[in-house]
Amino acid sequence: MEINNEALRGKDLSVSLSGVKLQNPVIPASGCFGFGYNMAEYYDIDCLGSLSLKGTTLNSRYGNPLPRTAECPAGMINSVGLQNPGVDKVISDELPKLREVFHQPVIANISGFSIDEYVECCAKIDGADQVEIIELNVSCPNVHGGGMSFGTQCESVAEVTRAVKAVTTKPLYVKLSPNVTDIVAIARAAEEAGADGLCLINTLLGMRIDVKTRKPVVANVMGGFSGPAIFPVAVRMVYQVTNACGIPVMGCGGVSSARDVIEMMMAGATAVQVGAANLRDPYACPRIIADLPAEMERLGIDRLSDIIGACKPA
Amino acid sequence: MTNIAHKLRVVDNRQLTSKTWMMVLEGEPGIITAPGQFVNLAVEGKFLRRPISVCGVDGRLITLLYDVVGDGTLEMSHWPVGYEADVLAPLGNGFDPSRAGDSPLLLGGGIGVAPLYQLARELVAEGKKPVVILGFNTASDVVWEEEFRQAGAEVYVATVDGSHGTRGFVTDVPACSDPARTYFYACGPLPMLRALCSGMAIDGELSLETRMACGFGVCMCCVVQTKEGPKGICKKGPVFRKEELIWK
Repeated sequence: MEINNEALRGKDLSVSLSGVKLQNPVIPASGCFGFGYNMAEYYDIDCLGSLSLKGTTLNSRYGNPLPRTAECPAGMINSVGLQNPGVDKVISDELPKLREVFHQPVIANISGFSIDEYVECCAKIDGADQVEIIELNVSCPNVHGGGMSFGTQCESVAEVTRAVKAVTTKPLYVKLSPNVTDIVAIARAAEEAGADGLCLINTLLGMRIDVKTRKPVVANVMGGFSGPAIFPVAVRMVYQVTNACGIPVMGCGGVSSARDVIEMMMAGATAVQVGAANLRDPYACPRIIADLPAEMERLGIDRLSDIIGACKPA
Repeated sequence: MTNIAHKLRVVDNRQLTSKTWMMVLEGEPGIITAPGQFVNLAVEGKFLRRPISVCGVDGRLITLLYDVVGDGTLEMSHWPVGYEADVLAPLGNGFDPSRAGDSPLLLGGGIGVAPLYQLARELVAEGKKPVVILGFNTASDVVWEEEFRQAGAEVYVATVDGSHGTRGFVTDVPACSDPARTYFYACGPLPMLRALCSGMAIDGELSLETRMACGFGVCMCCVVQTKEGPKGICKKGPVFRKEELIWK
């Protein structure tokens, strides 16, 4: 089909997350973009809608032993284990470097091992003026006694959401684990506890074995499975959750093209995070953003926000 | 801003030993900016790229040595001449030739000999006299010995079984402990690098190898513990100063 350049310039890609305006819905996912400024060596990251910072905890963490990654069909496993310099260093060292090269809203991704830790860490990051949205990570599969263990029970999701909501002034998005029996129940628990929005899905718990050595490929035995292989699971869960909840959702999981972004938005996502695709192709996000207007034109879409939740069963 | 995504044409791809292959890629000159950098190759049917050290740079040509160790590198060995490879480059910091002194030691183990070759050539071009010691398991695994010699380096070989050169490891070659050497560069398996860090009296730098995901410093899948805290091997390395590293 012939694409008219004039028509492409008129396309509206903007979306809004709890009042935070994004020029487009494309957001590099936490853990797949560091603290952002590294990527500015390779392209102008101001083209992004936003970016979600590397998962941050109250205290610094080395994370898990190596190897931390394994090849999978249409994806990968990681078991980084929340390596990060701790929230104080993120605020004093990382955010200023990001400020020099990025002038769009920033999402801080916060993880913890106790309610108190989540609360203290979120209260600190809430004071950073660059941060416009807080993403509460209750779904990291790679740490013991924290992360995902909070995200797999309705009661603990509600408890941590409520506690953090009380100490933060910014929109609070809870990032959910797909490793649950009923994602809708968990999502409702977060919504009822005061979450302003949700982000889903985090990685699926996975494992690979080296059949020659009969040992797990990653040192921590299991890890988070991500990549194009999990896209259908993410679409399904975003669809289920947005049909049951009234708060906005950032869709995440296996997105690697403009068409995937549109599909995720039709499932119900207001914005879309891109994770593992950045690791194979550092230019995945700018490519997706550049491809969106033509893809919209092909599908007869003028304003991207019009298609949020557009998928209706016959 | 640097563009690190390149399409490079395969102009040679051939087997050297039972496990080691050589591939020559052609692209714009100047992509590789330091000896010891690496490239990350996309392989069809694989999600993660395969990080491979650059062995040599000649104008538009980039030479790689790689061991076929799994499905990904096996697929690479099938790339025909003319194949357009999807390559991220340049990645990593590379060696620092300015610390070499007049006659540095270059110590390579197995496929770890590859990144030392371009370093040796650059050192010779600067009028230095590099002494290269290459270590392999057995004579039939030996690669690039003649190339190092032709580049103007003094070359010694060690094999674990003694079938070629000195029997044992690179550290068993007498030239390795010559007091005239004041600096070393090394790349090879972890046990070798660990032994060098504890055994070498002189200062040096080492190129580390591990499983990587991105190759450009954002995923934190490859890290090493240093005195300044954990550092990503792909971005802050792969070359680290001996005194930076903490071995457990």
